[in-house]
Parts: sequence; C-alpha cells; structure tokens
Amino acid sequence: MTTLTLGLAQIKTKLGDVRANLDKHLAYIEQAAAQGVQLLIFPELSLTGYVLQDLVPVVALRPTADDPAFAKLLDASRRIDLMIGFAHEDTRHRFFIAAAYLSQGRVLHVHHKVYLPTYGMFDEGRFFAPGDSIRAFDTPWGRAGMLICEDFWHASPPYLLWLDGADILLMQSASPGRGLDDREQLDSSRWVEHVNQAYASLFTNFVAHTNKVGFEDGLNFWGGSTVFDPNGELIARAPHFEESLTLAAIDLDQLHRTRARLPILRDERTALTLRELSRIAQKD
Amino acid sequence: MTNLSDRLRINADLARKILVSFLRDEITRAGLSRAVIGLSGGIDSALSCALAVEALGAQNVLAVRMPYKTSSPQSMADAQLVIEKFNVPNLVVEITPMVDPLFDHFPDADGKRRGNAMARARMIVLYDQSSAFNGLVIGTGNKTEILLGYSTIFGDAASALNPLGDLYKTQVRQLAAAVGVPQSIIDKPPTADLWAGQTDEGELGFTYERVDQLLYLIVDQRYSRDEAVAAGFEPSFVDRVLAAVRRNQFKRMPPIVAKLSNRTVGYDFLYLRDWGT
Repeated sequence: MTTLTLGLAQIKTKLGDVRANLDKHLAYIEQAAAQGVQLLIFPELSLTGYVLQDLVPVVALRPTADDPAFAKLLDASRRIDLMIGFAHEDTRHRFFIAAAYLSQGRVLHVHHKVYLPTYGMFDEGRFFAPGDSIRAFDTPWGRAGMLICEDFWHASPPYLLWLDGADILLMQSASPGRGLDDREQLDSSRWVEHVNQAYASLFTNFVAHTNKVGFEDGLNFWGGSTVFDPNGELIARAPHFEESLTLAAIDLDQLHRTRARLPILRDERTALTLRELSRIAQKD
Repeated sequence: MTNLSDRLRINADLARKILVSFLRDEITRAGLSRAVIGLSGGIDSALSCALAVEALGAQNVLAVRMPYKTSSPQSMADAQLVIEKFNVPNLVVEITPMVDPLFDHFPDADGKRRGNAMARARMIVLYDQSSAFNGLVIGTGNKTEILLGYSTIFGDAASALNPLGDLYKTQVRQLAAAVGVPQSIIDKPPTADLWAGQTDEGELGFTYERVDQLLYLIVDQRYSRDEAVAAGFEPSFVDRVLAAVRRNQFKRMPPIVAKLSNRTVGYDFLYLRDWGT
C-alpha cells in the first residue's frame, strides 16, 4: 500500500504581517513533521491574510531562495512537502494570488489564481492580476494540480488538471462564511464541500482542501477543510471555525481500485470536448 | 415558496458560535479583553450582553444603565434582570443632568430632537466608560433598524463592534431565546422609551415580523419592488420601506470626504480595521 499522509494546516493569519504568519507556518511544519505528515497544505494567502487591499504591494513576495520567508520555507521543505499561499510579485511587478508547491528545497510549481472574484463582497480583480495557465505537475507522490478558491467554483480548472494528469487536486481557500439559515452549515461551506466531493467523484481523484479560519473585520472564515477519496468518500474533515492541524492518511492505491471499477478517465473523450469547445468558442 | 417566516429562521447555535468568536477575536486583537454595553432593558442590548459575556467572561463586561428622568421604571427593572441573569458588573449613570441644560436652552425642541440628544448623551457615557473600563463599546443595532435608519447617528448607532447588525429583529428574538435572555424581555413590545407608551411598531406603523419578511426579499433575495408586491406586500408598504432604506443610507456610512488628492481616505486608501493584527 502506498500511503501519503496529508496535513491540512487550517490556520488564522495576521493581516499583512508576513513575519508573524511565517512563524506560524514554521510551527505547524514542525508539529506536522513530528506527526509524520509528508505534504502539508496551507490556505489561500496563508503568508499574508486575505483582505489585503492596499497592503498587496507591501506584502508581495517572490518564491525564491533570496526571499527571507521563502528561504526558510524552502529549507523546511527538505523535511516535508509544502503548499503555501502568498501574494506573488512577478519580475514585471504584477501582483498575483499564488500557491507554491515546495519539495526537497525546490519550488516544483507556482499557480496563479485564474479566477479573481470581483463581485458582491469580493474585490480581488481590483488589486490582483489574473493567472493565465492551469497546469498539473509531478510531485514525489504522483501528479498533482493546485487551485485557489474561486478557481474551483468554475468547473473547467479542475477538469483541465484532471486531463493534464493530476490524480491529486490540492485546493486552498480563504472562504468567508455567509448564508445563515436554519441549517447546520453556512451556505458557503455547504457549497464548497459539495463541489469538492463532486470533483473527487467525477474525476475519481483525491481532492484535499484547506480553508483558513478566524476573522478579518466582520468576515468569518469557516475552516472545515476536507479530504475526499476517488470514490467521493470523505476521508477527513477539520473542525469548523477553529485552528487545527488535521491529518489524513490517503491510500494512493485507491486510484487503481476505483478506476478499475469506474473507468471514467479511460472513457473521457478529450478530442470530442476540444472539437466542441472550438465550435462553441468560434460562435462567440 | 416556503413560508417567509420559516426562511428567516436561523440555526441559533451556529449564529451564537460565530458571534461569540467574532467578539472575542476582534476585541483581543485590538489588545483588549473587555467590553462596555449600554443596557436599555430591551432585547437587543440583552442579547449583545449575553454574547459578550460568553466571549469574554462576565467580569469583563460592563453593563451601563442610563435612564432619563422620564424613562420607564420598567426599563430599569428589565435591565436589572439581565444584570442578574448574566452577573455582570454594572453602573447607573443618569443622563438627566447632561441633557436638561440643552433642553432648557431649547425649550421648544420636539421629541425627535430630545430623543436624539439622549441617545448621544448615552454614547458619550459609553465611550467615557470605554476608556475608564478599558473595553470596547459593543453595538446593539440589528439589521432591521440599520436598514430602516431607525436609530440616532452618533448615538445608539455608535459602537466599536456590532454583533447584531446582520440579524433581523425576528432573528434577534430567536437567538435571544437560545442564549437565555429572560423571556419577559423577549416578549415585551420593543420601545425606544422616549415617552410613555411609545412602541417601535406603533411608531413605525408596521410589525417587525412583516417588515423583516419584506427586507429579506428586497435585500437578501434581491427582489425588485414589483416582485415584492407580487409576493403579497402592499405597494404603499413596499414603497415606504424602500424610501426609508434609501433615505437613511447616510447613517450607514462614515462622513464623506471631498476628494482632492491622488489618494484619499474612503476612496483609494483601503485597509481593513484589522490591518496588522
């Protein structure tokens, strides 16, 4: 059995204080490594906090060894693989909401959030540039893909990662809780859990999601991080609203068993999809 | 469509958990551990008090009663019930000697001016106690009164944190029952207690239950005026409520700054209050 022990680092952040947030990352990494975690996933913008507004240019980083925060994280990644959330300033000084996968002292992949919600309570498009690619990448645990919050409110990014070979979808969020009615969970948390479960079921994939907790002004972040297996079964769920390190030992051989039973990936007709997409795009 | 009053029902445990964490988190990150609340004897301030006690511990919540000479003794007694129920430190500060000199100066001032002056005198007392007790002033305004503008700007509308601002009055009643606010306070007719026999619903001309349902459709569900009428609300009632919501937008905003420079507070100098914490 090939087991990967995932850790979901469901943390509170200090708004705009990279040094304090870095210290918290390092403490969680220490704790996770001691418990045998092999890949630790932090929430969206975990190094900075979420509602940054005019703090974006102040807290943005480059994910390289000459950045003091990333130097420490890259060093820590020699012990344990990491998925970090940060604000990325590229060489042309554009700012992105970004996720970096670190392993063995190297940056294996950086994903820029493609879909920036700029409606209702959200204003990301005002402060950030949108990413322009969705790519899977190889990790020591198989091929994976990273998405950030609104990216997976759209069906296409997880679908593209699946077709690009990702068997493990790594999602991170800073999802504000909203939609209180008489049910057990807020609308937003119910919705996110539904779609994560749906992607695991539809793609016969592992789907791990880490959300942040705490408050930024009146916004509550609900946590409730989850891992679903290729059968769409819930493997782990972190508590709602509380900081936690939640472990999930995933059996990577489950991919073999599920896909032997349910060959959705084998039967997926990528060329047909592409043909129809081209036709639809031309119509626009 | 489900019955509208059912759609306004909330999971009180979930609301309580979020609001208690909100108060604790936001007060402690400001470097404080205490709260100050003006207790009127009504349900809103009783609920804010209960949530603050759960967040901070009773000894860290100062309840202040601020009667005017014409205030109903029943309001004082109801506030006393809350003080005893939640066992909080408390103060009585009469506002009569604060506001009567103003009323003596303007003997013709109508009830509205007098009510606003009393609300602002209470704000002065609470913010003074905020400094003396080293605690943040906790708001008691609910979503219904914020939307309708049924409050005094820089008076009862003033606070550092408001746990109730996204709950309609009927939802406040539900949560108040769940956190143990005395039943007699939940059941009594809401009143600003500015004159004998005054009730909110008498003054507004409609019930909270009805206006909450309408506001829920218009604000939360984004119904148009005509859709609200089609849903069974009197056109004149809908128009009156829509006008009140629009007319009172000024009470929901900080003072507007006239823009001159390239970077102006309120327009393009954008930070949360939690900046750096």
